[in-house]
Amino acid sequence: MSTLQNQAVIELEKVTKVYPGGVTALGGVDLVVRTGELVGIVGPSGSGKSTLLHIIGTLDRPSSGSVAIAGHDVATLSDRELSGLRAQHVGFVFQAFHLVPGVSARDNVAEGLLYSGLSRATRRRAAVAALERVGLGDRLNHRPHELSGGQKQRVAIARAVVGEPDLLLADEPTGALDSASGEAVMDLLHDLGREGATIVVITHDGEIARQLPRQVRVRDGLVVADTRLESTAQATRRTVTTAVLGDPA
Amino acid sequence: MSVTLPPGIQPIGEQPERKRPASGGRPRPARLSPADILHVGSAGLRTRPLRVALSSFGIAIGIATMIAVVGISASTQAKLAHQLDALGTNLLVASPGQSLFSGDTVKLPADAAGRVSRIDGVEQVGATGSTDQTARRSEKIPAEENSGIAVQAAGPQLLTVLRAQMGSGRWLNAATARYPAVVLGDVSARRLGVVAPGEQIWIGHRSFTVIGILAPVPLAPEIERSALVGWSAAQTWLGFDGHPTSVYERSSDSTVDSVRNLIPRTLDPQAPQDVEVSDPSAALQAKAATEGAFNTLLLGLGAIALLVGGIGVANTMIISVLERRFEIGLRRALGATRGQIRIQFVTESLLLSGLGGVTGVALGAAATGIYAHSSALPWVVPSWAIGGGLGATLLIGTIAGLYPAVRAARLSPTLALHAT
Repeated sequence: MSTLQNQAVIELEKVTKVYPGGVTALGGVDLVVRTGELVGIVGPSGSGKSTLLHIIGTLDRPSSGSVAIAGHDVATLSDRELSGLRAQHVGFVFQAFHLVPGVSARDNVAEGLLYSGLSRATRRRAAVAALERVGLGDRLNHRPHELSGGQKQRVAIARAVVGEPDLLLADEPTGALDSASGEAVMDLLHDLGREGATIVVITHDGEIARQLPRQVRVRDGLVVADTRLESTAQATRRTVTTAVLGDPA
Repeated sequence: MSVTLPPGIQPIGEQPERKRPASGGRPRPARLSPADILHVGSAGLRTRPLRVALSSFGIAIGIATMIAVVGISASTQAKLAHQLDALGTNLLVASPGQSLFSGDTVKLPADAAGRVSRIDGVEQVGATGSTDQTARRSEKIPAEENSGIAVQAAGPQLLTVLRAQMGSGRWLNAATARYPAVVLGDVSARRLGVVAPGEQIWIGHRSFTVIGILAPVPLAPEIERSALVGWSAAQTWLGFDGHPTSVYERSSDSTVDSVRNLIPRTLDPQAPQDVEVSDPSAALQAKAATEGAFNTLLLGLGAIALLVGGIGVANTMIISVLERRFEIGLRRALGATRGQIRIQFVTESLLLSGLGGVTGVALGAAATGIYAHSSALPWVVPSWAIGGGLGATLLIGTIAGLYPAVRAARLSPTLALHAT
């Protein structure tokens, strides 16, 4: 992780996104996420959280406003450079896992480093370490169809973190899982967060969001609440509401 | 799930080359090594073997057709060239032409063979002289039915000059040349129904004993259709005037042209234009050229098969891109540039058509081999045909893959996140 604590990993300033056809997905979002934070972006369908995820993940560009990811101003970067930025700084976890069928867990994870410029042997070693990290050290040669949903998502998380990104973006990571597997995946994300990773979880599930130290609520393309837990201890879940409109949950 | 490892995602010690760029430095995408490009380009194929087999098969058929067409004609040509080598291209035949002034057929001098043998470079000389007699199976057969067989007087050297072989029996020698003995060309023997030496045939007004039958003489088809009797026997019984009508000579390869110029002047210094000199190997060379020529129609069919195969590959690639939108989105999210997506799909297309090309070359070479074996030809597959075939498949692979690859690269990287 970054050597400087409290460095901003995500800095959004007055970010808007208007799709062709006039649909305003984001209406001016300010958001700063610092190194080591575990943030949930919560909102119902159509709230603009997916668009926010695309913009944070540099998969899409804003219509206006400025976006800086890991210190790089996205507006100044070419498509090639954005690809490099994603390869070096951002890890993605998807609701549908997106593992390559017919390929072992280790090779699936190693694929996460394919565009990093590392040698194949190094990628494979790193993949083994990452799989051990997510508790799948005994499933290295299993192929996706031989794994449970929860295990698949852990493989996907291993793939996202194998390159030690500055930012881990998880899009509905528990959306396709039963509650037990979902809990295990969230536990893993919490563990990674405690170890210092910067993680943003996008979800519509208030239950999951409530467990996260910081919750950003999005509705109609605007951030309507930004709530922090004083402590991650879930027994004493006192919240400090910093948002203007209060807690909609 | 156990967390037993220290903070930080995972200490991956052996990565000295991995350094974070200083903040402010622009992020640069890494290059894919050729091995990685091959790996990524073949990933889509490994999971769909049936589709790979079917779509590369079209290319394989096209290439196999073209290789077989070229290979079979090259094999035929190789055989004829081999045959020409064995027969030699240094044989010339002098024969009387028509007189420029009277229009009558002129005569070569009786000592023509001797004169030609004194020309510089001439190594062997043989002569034949036509008689106007006919050869028949017996005297019961009317003289008009000559079966197209020419009765000729033959000099003793004829066999050597033509490099002809006896099929059975013996060639005329000094003794048999003075007696009613005859050697038949293989065609004549068949027409007369003579299967072995020792039989009698009727020539002119008396019977002759067949003492030998020639093997086929590719350089002199007219000899195959002759009945050859000795020079003096022909003069004694067949009214032969002793003037040769064909003088065969072999010279060293380097003197063929000069000998060709000297023969008419040597044989008839006063009217050299009345002597015709021909080169029987030229006819064989022409035959080699025509039999060895490509069958353009088949070659065209091969090209069409190749085109259809290429369209098949392009089709497969377009479907592949449509099916793998999420994979493309995922790769973009993992940091693949547009160029890297493009090269992945072009590589896949190249592998697909390349596989068809290699299979096609193997099939075409095998087909040539089978044909060559069954027709007793040497097995020749020209390397330019193999190179050209493989080159064509690579070209087709690139063209077929380019459009799908460009489409794939243009897909939005947000695709993977849309999926459910």
